[in-house]
Amino acid sequence: MTAPLIHNSSAPADRPATKPPATTPAPAPAPATKPTPERPRWSGRSRKDFLVFLAMALPNLVLIGTFTYWPLINNIYYSTLDWTLGSASATVVGLQNYVTFFTSEDAAKVLGTTGIFTLITVGGSMVLGLLVALALNSKVRGTTFARSAVFAPYVLSGVGVGLVWLFIFDPGYGVLAWILRGLGQQSPQWINDPQLSLVMVIIVYVWKNLGYCAVVYLAGLQSLPRDVMEAAALDGANGVRRFFHISLPLLSPTTFFLLITTMLSSLQAFDLIRIMTPLGNGTSTLIYEAYLQAFGAYNRAGYSAAISVILFAVLLVITVLQLRFVERKVHYS
Amino acid sequence: MSAPSPAAVGTSSQEAAPQERPRPLSRANLLQTLVTGYFPLIIATLVVFLPLLWMLLSSFKQPGEIVTIDLRVLPESLNLENYAIAMTTVPFAQFFANSLIVTVVGSTIKVILAILTAYALVFVRFPFKNVIFVLILVALMVPAQVSILPNYILIAGMGGKNTLWGIILPGLGTAFGTFLLRQHFLTLPPSILEAAEIDGAGHWRRLWQIIVPVSVPSIATVALVTVVSEWNDYIWPLIITDRPETMTLPVGLTLLQNSEGNGAGWGILMAGAVLVIVPILLVFAALQRYIVAGLTQGSVTG
Repeated sequence: MTAPLIHNSSAPADRPATKPPATTPAPAPAPATKPTPERPRWSGRSRKDFLVFLAMALPNLVLIGTFTYWPLINNIYYSTLDWTLGSASATVVGLQNYVTFFTSEDAAKVLGTTGIFTLITVGGSMVLGLLVALALNSKVRGTTFARSAVFAPYVLSGVGVGLVWLFIFDPGYGVLAWILRGLGQQSPQWINDPQLSLVMVIIVYVWKNLGYCAVVYLAGLQSLPRDVMEAAALDGANGVRRFFHISLPLLSPTTFFLLITTMLSSLQAFDLIRIMTPLGNGTSTLIYEAYLQAFGAYNRAGYSAAISVILFAVLLVITVLQLRFVERKVHYS
Repeated sequence: MSAPSPAAVGTSSQEAAPQERPRPLSRANLLQTLVTGYFPLIIATLVVFLPLLWMLLSSFKQPGEIVTIDLRVLPESLNLENYAIAMTTVPFAQFFANSLIVTVVGSTIKVILAILTAYALVFVRFPFKNVIFVLILVALMVPAQVSILPNYILIAGMGGKNTLWGIILPGLGTAFGTFLLRQHFLTLPPSILEAAEIDGAGHWRRLWQIIVPVSVPSIATVALVTVVSEWNDYIWPLIITDRPETMTLPVGLTLLQNSEGNGAGWGILMAGAVLVIVPILLVFAALQRYIVAGLTQGSVTG
């Protein structure tokens, strides 16, 4: 996909380097072939603009092309190889890596973990985020501060946050173990038990991300049409009814937006999983499995690339869904 | 600073809260306000702050205060020994410096590239501008995570393993900043450029003397969001460095975890966590308006 981009940018005759066109000679390159819509002639001014544009935009476009688009294509190519990372030789095996993945036990495990992780983190942070947004929307003092506080974990390092929570969950000396001992309970083995590991990472992920949902929902709540809400209140609808019958349906565009964005970021969650469960025991989502296969013990580069391609396909489907539905509004106002 | 606030491109939430007068206080009213208003807010704030407070308190505790059956909430003294140990076990000062360099250099270049690209997309005539914009939009949706292996092979092949430029380079192309600034530039009235055009000022002068000064809030938004994500970036530096000399803080913290990952080391690990979390927390506390606007960008158009 980089090809057209680079093609457009290199004008036929002269190499437009990064220099602004202060002193450009004027061999006009084939004026008839590229008429711009607004100017029929390839005049000196638009020629200058052409070069200014390239000088300004080309570095960024080349970087995006090289490190965003080109890897996508490369990934697909690598996924057809039987290739150990670091080895100089690789053999083309076609779709074998995909067949291996989907016929092994890995597929069910990894896809299942990805599904559960995504479903619960998206649902959890959206529901809790909406509740927090409702609290933030009340007319008391301190909501501005509370809003910032709730949002803060979203901007903090996943590695730092993961360590802090790992300490809290520590079965020996963690706060949670202490609370449970107070209740006469034994702390569960959060780290060693694969299912509990997943629960632990999900809890921390929701803690870190619900502030984002809360702030977006709050913006949605504050843009609800005031007259409708007042009319409903006058009609005698109580708070709960107003919420479920009026606010929530009117918020459906916000809900949809959040659904897509949180789903995309849950599918890319890496930092917390890496720091809290380095071995991916019970927490190997698609992204983490791709990482482990290439950079963990096995160095299976081709296989890892295949998993990355599968992940990208999933992300692509969600993005396309978003683009299709974003036009027609989810509610009718 | 006179031009549209970041709300024009971001959410309007912070502006949208008109201060309403509290209702007159009766006892029932007060109780209701407490239960429905303050109580949930306090709970939510505590849920966020208690773990972070715990991190800070624990970073001062000696192993004996942590490896114990009874919980000691407050450290016996504000002992900085854990910080000292963290610094000597792994080269933390080096990590900090590396993180700082990566963040400052990376963010500066990214913001400049974003300004230039956005200006070109809005104010300079060029064929296929829409195609280019769509390519940038699509890049916005491609996560870095799916490109780590090809980028690793590319950068390692260029000799960028265990170098700071190897950490910085692949992230330099900026779709997010370009997109956000382009949306903002489109809202600027064309009239502000007319005088400059009559003066015969070129694009370069128009950009830096007119467009940039009126776009400071938007540029600040882009810059801050970029700084936060560069500072926190983990997966790429983790892969491209395996020697302490070039590790950034989050990666260095992983190294510290490997050497102190037993019960007695929690105080040291918390000291490390403080060093990675607190700088961003301070930046956020001071400038959260811009950061929130930038990160929740797009929500109102959804």
